[in-house]
Amino acid sequence: MTEANTNRGVLFDVKQCIGCGSCTVACKLWNDLGYEKPDVAGNAHGFDVELTDKNWTIVTYNREKDANGKDVLRFLKNQCMHCKEPACISVCFAHALYIDENGAVVCDPAKCAGCRYCMIACPYSVPKYEWDKVFPSIQKCQMCDSKIAAGEATSCSAVCPTGALTFGDRDELLALAKKKIAADPSYVNHVYGETEGGGTRWLYISDVPFEKLGLPINVPNTPINDYLHGYLKYTPVVFLGGGALFAALSIYTKRRAKVAGHGEGDE
Amino acid sequence: MKDTTAQAKNKISFKITPARGILLVLGLLSICLIVYRLINGLGVTTNLNDQWPWGLWIFIDLAAIALAGCGFSIAVITHVFHIKKFKPLTRRALLLSFLLYIVALLILFIEIGRWDNFYTPIYSFAFTSPLYEVFMCIVLYFLMQAIELLDISIERFNPPARSKISKIMPVVVIIACLLPFGHQASLGAMYLGMPQKLSAIWSSAFLPWSFLINSFFAGLAVVVLEYHFFSKHYRQPKDNAMMTGLTRVIAVIMLGYFVLKIIDLAARGAFGLVFDGSLEGNMFLLEMVIGVIIPIIFGLSSLVKKTSGQIFMATFVVIGLLLSRFNVIFVGMIKTLGNSYVPSWIEIAVIPGLFALAIFIYLFAVENLPIFQAANREYDAFAGREKHAGYEVVSK
Repeated sequence: MTEANTNRGVLFDVKQCIGCGSCTVACKLWNDLGYEKPDVAGNAHGFDVELTDKNWTIVTYNREKDANGKDVLRFLKNQCMHCKEPACISVCFAHALYIDENGAVVCDPAKCAGCRYCMIACPYSVPKYEWDKVFPSIQKCQMCDSKIAAGEATSCSAVCPTGALTFGDRDELLALAKKKIAADPSYVNHVYGETEGGGTRWLYISDVPFEKLGLPINVPNTPINDYLHGYLKYTPVVFLGGGALFAALSIYTKRRAKVAGHGEGDE
Repeated sequence: MKDTTAQAKNKISFKITPARGILLVLGLLSICLIVYRLINGLGVTTNLNDQWPWGLWIFIDLAAIALAGCGFSIAVITHVFHIKKFKPLTRRALLLSFLLYIVALLILFIEIGRWDNFYTPIYSFAFTSPLYEVFMCIVLYFLMQAIELLDISIERFNPPARSKISKIMPVVVIIACLLPFGHQASLGAMYLGMPQKLSAIWSSAFLPWSFLINSFFAGLAVVVLEYHFFSKHYRQPKDNAMMTGLTRVIAVIMLGYFVLKIIDLAARGAFGLVFDGSLEGNMFLLEMVIGVIIPIIFGLSSLVKKTSGQIFMATFVVIGLLLSRFNVIFVGMIKTLGNSYVPSWIEIAVIPGLFALAIFIYLFAVENLPIFQAANREYDAFAGREKHAGYEVVSK
């Protein structure tokens, strides 16, 4: 691990995950997160959980068929993808969200005005809200930024007993992912996160299609920021050009009216 | 009926009738609910959740701001293009727009989760966020409108002092004409940030301009409704030809809007989605037929020569505007966000009172400020008359 590396990431190998849930427990312990109250069916700690302000990472359960048509269980670990060009940061009008010096996407609650635009703009719908609080904050995976600043792995990847989670440099992880795919034809020939939304720091490889695991496959490869910039780049033109045009028009039409003999002041 | 002797004496006069009492009570109820919401948080008072972080209040906000477009659309027509015919509407539209912004800003204040941090975006300089542009433009525009209303108040209460403020007024007016182009379009641009979540019927680079254009003409339709209702209420002289002219302007702009909408759909190959019988497609058709096609047919026919035709058309335009915002915020997102959101009773109950309060302030303002008088003055100047019957009567 090099010093001041802002290009860290985690590779999740779906094929190697046994669904033990150690990562979710480690996450709760390290980040001191509480537990959701179980619902009527008792689903608070099982595989039907959802990301919430208290669940920064979850493991979901899928009964799928592998490349040979055999029934298999496949698990998907969900958490913030830590995009290279995050939609949440682009849309945040308070600059509360930012990429910190360790490359993690984090939120500063002192600046957050609570508009929740990040929640709706995130292609993976990751940011969650503390709905039960009077002054809530956005909650999500922070990629254990204090741990990785100290050169350690994220708590989830540190405890993974099967090697399904590998923490490291994103470029090296991408090379590793491609090597694994090349060596084993049962993998889907795509590293999820390599290009999605302009690239994410969390990468996925799997032997069952990603959409069957519940990952959104319609995320455009263009960063969300580009969509917004396509409009926002016109703002200076609209205001400066429009201002000049309106001022000129205003003076011209007023004068024309005066010349026409209806001379009268403005309101 | 009283005359304006109170105005002449620089005194404020406002009679509280039973109807006005009801408006006030409704308004106070809303304020109670607002305080309750601010003390207890969003989770207790709303049904918003992690799937639907934006709900009814965002819809009311976007709708109110779009309808408040009456301020800039009339200002552009009368201050930039100096079309004299519509000058009598300037102050009425300004007041109406200002009040709608008050409603929108109040709802925005309870809608954000951290109202104690409402000011942090002002110095965030988050130039990558369309919401930042929306926020800054609205704040500045609200300020400009306040200055314009201050100017009107000075005219009423201390005319000689008006010369002090009159030098900056042309600049204020131009800035005020310009700012809404920023926030009206940026409200649509906010939805450019979710291309894979919003239905392809609406998800388009044209959406910001669509929001801008329909706020412009829907704002004019609001003026038509306000003009007819309150001119009748205050027994003010009505200029039917002016209103026919305004509905024609609305219809022509809408025709352009309709053509652009068709081109946008065709260019993106999204026509199939409109006619596939899905909820999204059908709701878009409803938005277009009720909110655009019917008003255009009305506006270009001789039906708008009559008051009833004008009111009918304007009502459809406003309904169409509401549908266009509803479709983007709710219908276009249902497929990806699911159907886990129904507004809570507090979310609904807080709304009528805010509009009641706006009407209450409107009544107070027109009875104490030269809103209609200026309108009549402009009308007389345009018609080449010295003085119009009913010139001085503004209180009921």
